[in-house]
Amino acid sequence: MSAPALTTLGVSHTEIILTSVCALLLCGFLAPFFHNREKFFTSLFFPVIALASFVSFAASFLAVGSGLTENYLISAGLPGLPFHVRLDPLSGFFITVVSLLSFFVSIYSVGYVKTFIGRQPISVIAVFYPLFIAGMIMTLLANDAFFFLMGWEVMAISSYFLVLYEDRNPKNRRAALLYVVMAHVGALSILLSFAVMAGLGGVGQETFQGYTFDAMRSASHTPFWAGVAFLLAFVGFGAKAGVVPLHVWLPEAHPAAPSNVSALMSGAMLKTAVYGILRVTFDILHVSQLWWGELVLIVGLLSAIMGVLYAIVENDLKRLLAYSSVENIGIILVGMGLAMIFYFFHMPLLSALAVTAALYHALNHAMFKGLLFMGAGSVLHATNERNMENMGGLIHKMKWTSAIFLAGALSISALPPFNGFVSEWLTFQAFLMSPSLTSQRLNLLIPLGAALLALTAVLSASAFVKAFGVSFLGQARSKHCAEAHESPWSMRIGMLLPAVVCLLLGVFPSSVINWMSSTSSLLVGETIAKSASGFGWAWLTPVAAQRASYSAPMLLLGIISVLVIVFITLHARKNAIHRVPPWDCGYGGLTPRMQYNSTSFAMPSRLIFGFFFRLKETVKTDLFHKRSPAFPGKMKYSLRVRDRFWGLLYMPVIDAVFRMGKLTAKLQHGRIHIYLAYSFATVIILLLMVL
Amino acid sequence: MTHGISIQLNNFLAAFILLTSFALLAQRRIYGLLVIFAWQGFFLSLSSAIVAYTADIRHLYVSAALTLLLKVIVLPYILYALINKLNIFREVEPLVNIPTTMLIGVALVIFSYHLTAPVRELSTLFTRTTLAVALSTVLLGFLMMITRKKAVTQVIGFLAMENGLFFAATSATYGMPLVVELGVALDILIAALIFGIFIFQIRTTFDTLDLTEMEKLKEDS
Repeated sequence: MSAPALTTLGVSHTEIILTSVCALLLCGFLAPFFHNREKFFTSLFFPVIALASFVSFAASFLAVGSGLTENYLISAGLPGLPFHVRLDPLSGFFITVVSLLSFFVSIYSVGYVKTFIGRQPISVIAVFYPLFIAGMIMTLLANDAFFFLMGWEVMAISSYFLVLYEDRNPKNRRAALLYVVMAHVGALSILLSFAVMAGLGGVGQETFQGYTFDAMRSASHTPFWAGVAFLLAFVGFGAKAGVVPLHVWLPEAHPAAPSNVSALMSGAMLKTAVYGILRVTFDILHVSQLWWGELVLIVGLLSAIMGVLYAIVENDLKRLLAYSSVENIGIILVGMGLAMIFYFFHMPLLSALAVTAALYHALNHAMFKGLLFMGAGSVLHATNERNMENMGGLIHKMKWTSAIFLAGALSISALPPFNGFVSEWLTFQAFLMSPSLTSQRLNLLIPLGAALLALTAVLSASAFVKAFGVSFLGQARSKHCAEAHESPWSMRIGMLLPAVVCLLLGVFPSSVINWMSSTSSLLVGETIAKSASGFGWAWLTPVAAQRASYSAPMLLLGIISVLVIVFITLHARKNAIHRVPPWDCGYGGLTPRMQYNSTSFAMPSRLIFGFFFRLKETVKTDLFHKRSPAFPGKMKYSLRVRDRFWGLLYMPVIDAVFRMGKLTAKLQHGRIHIYLAYSFATVIILLLMVL
Repeated sequence: MTHGISIQLNNFLAAFILLTSFALLAQRRIYGLLVIFAWQGFFLSLSSAIVAYTADIRHLYVSAALTLLLKVIVLPYILYALINKLNIFREVEPLVNIPTTMLIGVALVIFSYHLTAPVRELSTLFTRTTLAVALSTVLLGFLMMITRKKAVTQVIGFLAMENGLFFAATSATYGMPLVVELGVALDILIAALIFGIFIFQIRTTFDTLDLTEMEKLKEDS
């Protein structure tokens, strides 16, 4: 695709994006002044944000299409330290992802935020929602460590306040605290990584020039320090991306936030972390060691498999989606890890294939996860229910939402013709086409990884069969669900658009790969655009036609024709369709309690993969007659599934902090004279040391 | 005034400053403390003026005037008003008895002289000998803060420490830049005001000015 660069019109893409960032920031600062006209304000405010996001989307989309790189300098900030801004295909790609999703979510928010009016002041959302989007775009635009971290913090802090929005629930407060702690541990690690890269850049400590990415890029790092910088960056960005075992905050914080924010956090914010890893490893450090790729691959596989397993056993719809985000980030990391390995071995074409798969999946995940979270938000809005055990039968009341949610579920389960299939298929191709490498370890790891990825894909499909089946099909399990109602128009449009995009991304993969070819060539110096569309736009052939090819348009045509034939044959005869309750075998009188529920659906997976969870299963039987166990009365079954990593990794740290706190408390006497004596003793000791 | 006389005069004033520091430790009456504190400020201001004259540094005159204004007139007056308002006429209550405190003080002075010996050898300023006195004044002020129970006496101890720092600045480098001096002077004034409010608050919360009562604020463990 050769999009006409806006530069010919005399406007720089960067300036357009910066303008929309300014508009978003302005929205955030103006929001508090409208707190007494909430309804009018919401109808006006979110469309403005949607517009700003769309402008930013359009500019970055065109910039990636034409593959240009723009540097820009904003003379603001600390003296002698202007903000360096750079729009290159990599940042442009992620800005496209973030602002496209923000555009959809902002449309959705018009209706969604109105549901809070009267229950809670909406000014918190109104202030921090645009700041959050602006923070993400600022992070992606930054070309020096300071501006990057500034954007990063704006993003972290504003999302913290958004997670905390429904603060009357103590669980949400706990989730927000956990989130902000993890976010700052991660930010610290990123800061240290930048410091390592800047300090060894050879520019010296006197000027701030070492902190620009340009200086870091051109610096020569010793293998040891490059490794340290990579590891710190990977930990920091990994904490934000929610890779196992740094994922614990994610299933707490994402569900706690209002659903539009959850959609942005899962769909867009996690991608900024992916961007960070790509930027540091490929662009700045040039993947100089093999173990980086291996580490990323292994962590990615672990996240994918653990994420999906936890998603399967989850009963809370939004938590399920959050765990599925962990899984999808894992899949993206797998692609990136493969790309890094191939890059190290100088196999540009394969590396380009793997990195394209990862980027494609990042884009896809933003679309369908945003869509699914918005769907969950609609369900929450209609039924006030997040627990799937109390849902069911929503397809009758919420036709639109169900259809759109189904599209999202199909996409995320990697079923053609939707987009999830394309990117996962590309990742598989990268696995399958890897030739035997010189490293024995890798020859073992890569087939194993492919197998694990296949398992993940299947389990994820099963998780979404459960999510859709239990919540939308069958009979309503609670009164709220039986009285559910469809969402307002703005919410439906906000969900419908990404569903359409999901389909388009699935049907026209070659065009998308063409569009993002500039990003792939920036990262690995090669693209698969040429071979991918070697057989016309309708066929996707990653490397060569004899190896593998996929034609989504043909497939879509096939599916449509089958559907049409089925429809015609069914409706050809009149009275051919009877609506009867299925599964009642003629007995009649099925109650909602006789259905498969969420826990029972997940039972097989829970049995097979039991050792991954901390399960607490209790069965309580009330005896009908006190002394005869022959006549049991009511039975109560309860199940608690918890993350093993919490007990393994986090509890020891928390305990250690408390122990240290207790020790320190012994120094605290509450007597001011003792405190003064401490300082006095310190002064004397310091003076003695001078002697 | 010749150079020799200046040195003599300055040392003489330093001795007086040290004397007042010990007097602060020994004094049992609060009004007495105020008077001694004012005297210390007076000697300090005089000493700065002499240094200013001898070394011909203009801005030190301003410092000297500021010291005279703040530490001899304003601060003692604020504290005097405070004490009157709070009706504290009782004696100073030490935590450690006064003779022991004095002995510790003597040890601190010896320590200071020992500590500043290298500086005395290296420095070329005519005020170098008084640096030891300045350091002892700081340490003695600190000692006063530690060993006194009542909040007002601690405030005076704090201000005496500040006097010591000022004196140290004058004797080590002929005073700090004027901007810093002005800033510090403002700080001290603000600190005195805050202390006033703080003391009132302690009084209303605990019905006493005895700081040992603040132990109750600690959470039980």
